[in-house]
Amino acid sequence: MVEVTLWGSLGAIAGGKSKVEIEAKDIRELFRKLAEQYPGFEPYIDRGIAVAIDGVIYRDTWSKELPKGAEIFLLPRLAGG
Amino acid sequence: MNFDPRYSGRNFASVGTRPIRPDGVDKVTGRARYGADFNMAGQLVGRVLRSPHAHATIRKIDTSKAEKLNGVKAVITAADLPDLTDGDAALYDILDNCMARKKALYDGHAVAAVAAVDARTARQALKLIEIDYEVLPHVTDVDEAMKHSAPVLDDTIFTEGLEQEPVKPSNVTKRSQYGHGDIHAGFGQADYVVERSFKTEQTHQGYIEPHACVASVSADGTADLWVCTQGHFVYRQHCAQLLGMEASKLRVTSSEIGGGFGGKTHVWAEPVALALSRKAGRPVKLVMTRDEVFRASGPTSATSIDVRIGARKDGTITAAEATLRYSCGPYAGMWAELGAMTAFACYNLANVRTVGYEVLVNRPKTAAYRAPSAPMAAFAVESAVDELAKEIGMDPVEFRIRNAAQEGTRSSYGPVYGPIGIGPTLEAAKNHPHMQAPLGKNQGRGMACGFWFNFGGQTCTDLNIGMDGSVSLAVGTVDVGGSRASLSLVAAEELGIAYEQVKAVVADTSSLGYNDMTDGSRGTFSSSMATISAARNAIKILRERAAQMWDVPVDDVVWENGHAIAKGEKYGNLAALSLREIAAGSGKTGGPIAGHSELVADGAGVSFATHICDIEVDPETGATRVLRYTVLQDAGKAVHPTYVEGQYQGGAAQGIGWALNEEYVYGKDGRLQNPGFLDYRIPVCSDLPMIDTQILEIPNPNHPYGVRGVGETSIVPPLAAIANAVSNAAGVRMTHIPMSPPRILAAIEAERGGRWSK
Repeated sequence: MVEVTLWGSLGAIAGGKSKVEIEAKDIRELFRKLAEQYPGFEPYIDRGIAVAIDGVIYRDTWSKELPKGAEIFLLPRLAGG
Repeated sequence: MNFDPRYSGRNFASVGTRPIRPDGVDKVTGRARYGADFNMAGQLVGRVLRSPHAHATIRKIDTSKAEKLNGVKAVITAADLPDLTDGDAALYDILDNCMARKKALYDGHAVAAVAAVDARTARQALKLIEIDYEVLPHVTDVDEAMKHSAPVLDDTIFTEGLEQEPVKPSNVTKRSQYGHGDIHAGFGQADYVVERSFKTEQTHQGYIEPHACVASVSADGTADLWVCTQGHFVYRQHCAQLLGMEASKLRVTSSEIGGGFGGKTHVWAEPVALALSRKAGRPVKLVMTRDEVFRASGPTSATSIDVRIGARKDGTITAAEATLRYSCGPYAGMWAELGAMTAFACYNLANVRTVGYEVLVNRPKTAAYRAPSAPMAAFAVESAVDELAKEIGMDPVEFRIRNAAQEGTRSSYGPVYGPIGIGPTLEAAKNHPHMQAPLGKNQGRGMACGFWFNFGGQTCTDLNIGMDGSVSLAVGTVDVGGSRASLSLVAAEELGIAYEQVKAVVADTSSLGYNDMTDGSRGTFSSSMATISAARNAIKILRERAAQMWDVPVDDVVWENGHAIAKGEKYGNLAALSLREIAAGSGKTGGPIAGHSELVADGAGVSFATHICDIEVDPETGATRVLRYTVLQDAGKAVHPTYVEGQYQGGAAQGIGWALNEEYVYGKDGRLQNPGFLDYRIPVCSDLPMIDTQILEIPNPNHPYGVRGVGETSIVPPLAAIANAVSNAAGVRMTHIPMSPPRILAAIEAERGGRWSK
């Protein structure tokens, strides 16, 4: 079980929660289960969600493991110049 | 990804040296080929007809007269680019921006295009296209667009992110919020509070090379596109989707690039050129004029920002908040959200809240510009930070050091930081001779900090070893700042050979797997990771070939300093085999030797910078002169220090232009008044001092060499550093960018008037 912190807009979809607990071993499973529990997340996942694991931001490595006790933060996918 | 990206702390032989760039001679002799330098037999000239109205319904387009003109081979409108976006809203916006469908949404919006045998005929044809517009009320100012009375650009837009579902459409597409703690409690603990509102005007990246491409669609449905871009794979993807083509049938070759800075991450002319070529059956060259680049490519947001920061007498910030309103052009974006995420990222704050509003206006579609959205947020925050330090009576550097984020700090955008460089850049600024240099009359010094995330992305690289032992490196990230030199250094480092033995090229989309574009300061970060991986794969094969040549087990062969060495006393008589010797024999040991890598380069390290600036202000005219400028920035590891310094200097130079002169000026009719470099003033050499740089190297733990991105962060602090310097020199707080002479003079006169009236 990992605790995942949501950013504002996602929190609203999760019924106003800023944190949710999910049983997931990696980012792929995290997204799958989030979409199952909160169908409103799907368009956000399609648009792109970045996952910060202990402060390191992952945008595309969905195989990245979620270590137990790690701080997991969801962020919108960033644009750059 | 079968590759360990962790920082290894190795010593370097090639990385960190400063060899001459491989593309240098061609560029200084004029031989390098940019977007407009490519030509094909039988090519036509493409030209685009653009809306003269800021906001208008397109009732009817009649192209019949243009089509009958002798020499015209194709005329297209939105009807020739049918909607194939399949519900993808972002892609639909790109399509609509390339060619207006129902409404023209800004002055310069493309409404039709022609391909003709020459430019004169193409221009004549544009004049023969008849368009029946219904002109609508428009809005170009970000604050005006948020008012209930403002004309609504898109009545299907209802603001996302509000607590209560909106019942009316609005120009505000989204509200976003970041932060933590309790700001009300935080402000309750403050002895001093500074509260200010700031504005920044819209600017353009100002790349010297306009957008240019040659498109050629064959009768069999395959196509070639030669184009100036920051990401030819992404252009291929977007063009193929918009034209209903298979991506593999469209080969895109990126030309040399005369500047991009985020502005060449987006297609504008390319789908139009392909559609023209498809209709005409001949190649079409489409080059935007400077007027078109200003009116119809992707400038940055104009902004309106409120900041409030409170601190105790001891200099500890107790609370900080900002409300950020960013213009997006006529299509939704995440520009204010990026401002909201980055605004306070330099600081360790117990209580912080930022709110962003994305605002539609009748201006061109906003595109990224080097650390998009962060410079404007930093201008507002760092100006208020400076003012707060003054109120408390602390040195501005000491005040920032006291409140700087460090490893373990919860960032204002959420996650906790790993090892970061904001503290070291501030300490370096504090100890820099620039901070102690004397100032003269009407001169002021300012400093400011800046943050940018950096990111990586999908990356694919091929490393091929020739029979003569020379190495060809094919990368898929466009070289915007010297990355071919940096990546050659990395290949040389891994293989243990000389830099001169490696030649890097940017491969076309049919020669290499998909690569994300060169943005997010990712070019050297990502492609160096893929190059290291490809080189290590090649070394594995080199060891196998050496083992064959010696007839020994491969596990006994190691790779050291560019040579295969058989380890163990029993091999004492075997002379090491060089890469050249193994390559020469490769035909008899299994054929060509190559290393390939495809990976997602994630874990880019965040980046911080501190800038110091001295300015002289003429109090009679408001004119400014930049006297001295110093950039201190963390690079993680500078692969090629000269090009890292170039990035630092380039960001500062662009920031100086943005801070002091550059701005889009719209008339009451919603038309851009200054679409040219005569009236839109970017800095030239004589406007700039030598920009001094200091590279700090705090290794990124998620890259084998410790590399962080360096391209964007350098444009984040300049607006604020210069605003602080001008404010100190003029004796009045400047709150509106650009600080052009009339604006400075008005501020000085208002301050004098205020003083006299007291």
